[in-house]
Amino acid sequence: MILDWFTAPLQYGFMVKALWVSAFVGIVCAVLSCYITLKGWSLMGDAVSHAVVPGVVVAYALGIPFAVGAFLFGFGATVAIGYVKENTRLKEDAVIGVVFTGFFAFGLVLSTKIPSNIDLFHILFGNVLGISQGDIIQTLIAGLITLVVILLRRKDLLLFCFDPNHAKAIGLNTKLMYYTLLLVLALTTVTALQTAGIILVVAMLVTPGATAYLLSDRFDRMLAISVGTSLLSCILGVYLSYHLDVATGACIVVLLTLLFVAAMIFAPKYGLLSQLRLNKLYSQ
Amino acid sequence: MTQTLGITVDNISVTYNNARLALYDASCQVQPGTITGLVGPNGGGKSTLFKSIMGFLEPNQGRVSIDGLPIQQAQKRQLVAYVPQADEVDWNFPVSVWDVVMMGRYGYMNLLRIPSPKDRRLVRESLARVGMMDFCNRQIGELSGGQKKRAFLARALAQEAKIMLLDEPFTGVDVKTEKAIIDLLLQLRDAGHTILISTHDLASISTFCDRVILLNQTILASGKTEEVFTEENLAMTFGGLPIRGKGGKEERKKVIGNR
Ligand SMILES: Nc1ncnc2c1ncn2[C@@H]1O[C@H](COP(=O)(O)OP(=O)(O)OP(=O)(O)O)[C@@H](O)[C@H]1O
Ligand SMILES: [Mg+2]
Repeated sequence: MILDWFTAPLQYGFMVKALWVSAFVGIVCAVLSCYITLKGWSLMGDAVSHAVVPGVVVAYALGIPFAVGAFLFGFGATVAIGYVKENTRLKEDAVIGVVFTGFFAFGLVLSTKIPSNIDLFHILFGNVLGISQGDIIQTLIAGLITLVVILLRRKDLLLFCFDPNHAKAIGLNTKLMYYTLLLVLALTTVTALQTAGIILVVAMLVTPGATAYLLSDRFDRMLAISVGTSLLSCILGVYLSYHLDVATGACIVVLLTLLFVAAMIFAPKYGLLSQLRLNKLYSQ
Repeated sequence: MTQTLGITVDNISVTYNNARLALYDASCQVQPGTITGLVGPNGGGKSTLFKSIMGFLEPNQGRVSIDGLPIQQAQKRQLVAYVPQADEVDWNFPVSVWDVVMMGRYGYMNLLRIPSPKDRRLVRESLARVGMMDFCNRQIGELSGGQKKRAFLARALAQEAKIMLLDEPFTGVDVKTEKAIIDLLLQLRDAGHTILISTHDLASISTFCDRVILLNQTILASGKTEEVFTEENLAMTFGGLPIRGKGGKEERKKVIGNR
């Protein structure tokens, strides 16, 4: 019975595709999410994901790969955010709020005015069950670049998140690291677009890392836990989405959130229960 | 160009975003092979001066050079180490004490930052020198204030930099540890290192600082400890002279110039 639940959908090619694409996306997002949560860039992730909309519309209108348009606009938005922040007295969260909603709204206007056959609903909520071959290739390329860049620069990026001043003090180029991190953020967003959809990409960029952060004091372990929870959620999410006929992104994110809540309650060191237990111990 | 070793701070002014001048027209020299104490009241600009020297802040005017080099080049050559004031660090970060000290070695490693046996040995030695070997597997936040200070001191040691900047290494540190750190600094100086250290522990200054810089918004005096570190000058630095009013600096300079 249970086995059927897992094996029956596999007779469809689109399900097999959706499963492994989602698993791949889950891994890429989980790796990056560790850096994003530690750096405190969750809002930036939200910004990038919304800012890609006009890029996607323009790309379809011009007939170029959607990933190229999405990447350019996503990365462009982060550069714009950096510029506005440097040159005004506004706090970062206000700048991010202004810039990404501007991009997003512009994208919505474009999508209704530029004649194209893109389905706004699919951009917003993802459509991994109906993903095309071309989209898979773009997803793979963006994801692989991200993984390779992070793998090669992982120690430096971690140092940059932890102590950018020390990175500077030992002569590392922190500007370059800043842009590297933004670059992989934009690429990862592109990777996850088809699976999670714009609205929910940020969950895939933040929740696995946040869950893992509650469960571990070491970065390597945090990375492993993040990838584990993300993979589990992505694979189960695709099945749920198929059986319940619900948007895949939504299923994945619900699972990710459930795992987060479980970690929040049961985490051995930082969980609510263990803190309660400690408090009790001392109040006796 | 004059040949200058040590640190040369040339006419630096720094304004933060809130448009308040934190430091103006600051010029000073840190002589090579000495321990120089940086003394001034809270908000006097000590940390700001450190950050300007390290290039973390872009001063509105002025220049800093280290051994005659622009700061970035000096940093690429691992000439300068910096031990931050404790409030600048995210203590919840998932790294161990060992990891943090190893970060002192990144500048010597290849692009993948894979530690060599020498890197490991130096990390071990640095931890041992500050008496932190027993804590090397602790998460960085699971330390007392004094232990945190020592961990970051170990990172600076591991970096093997000729010049070390320490921002208030003694706050929240017990007498024994302070003594141990001072001994370590003296050893480093005798081995030829140059050290600039800010502290509020005025009592210990004359026991280990060769030179002193007095700072309150600008450099009020600098020179040999016995000449500069006088009650009169200290009263000036910490005392009630107008700080930002017109002519305040001139007024203070006049008084201090008479020393
Ligand atoms: N990030 C900042 N933004 C705005 N103003 C700042 C900032 N950091 C410091 N200041 C201001 O600059 C001045 C100098 O501060 P600084 O931290 O250099 O003092 P300090 O001598 O290190 O003080 P303490 O002994 O308390 O460490 C103060 O008036 C402070 O309020
Ligand atoms: Mg300070």
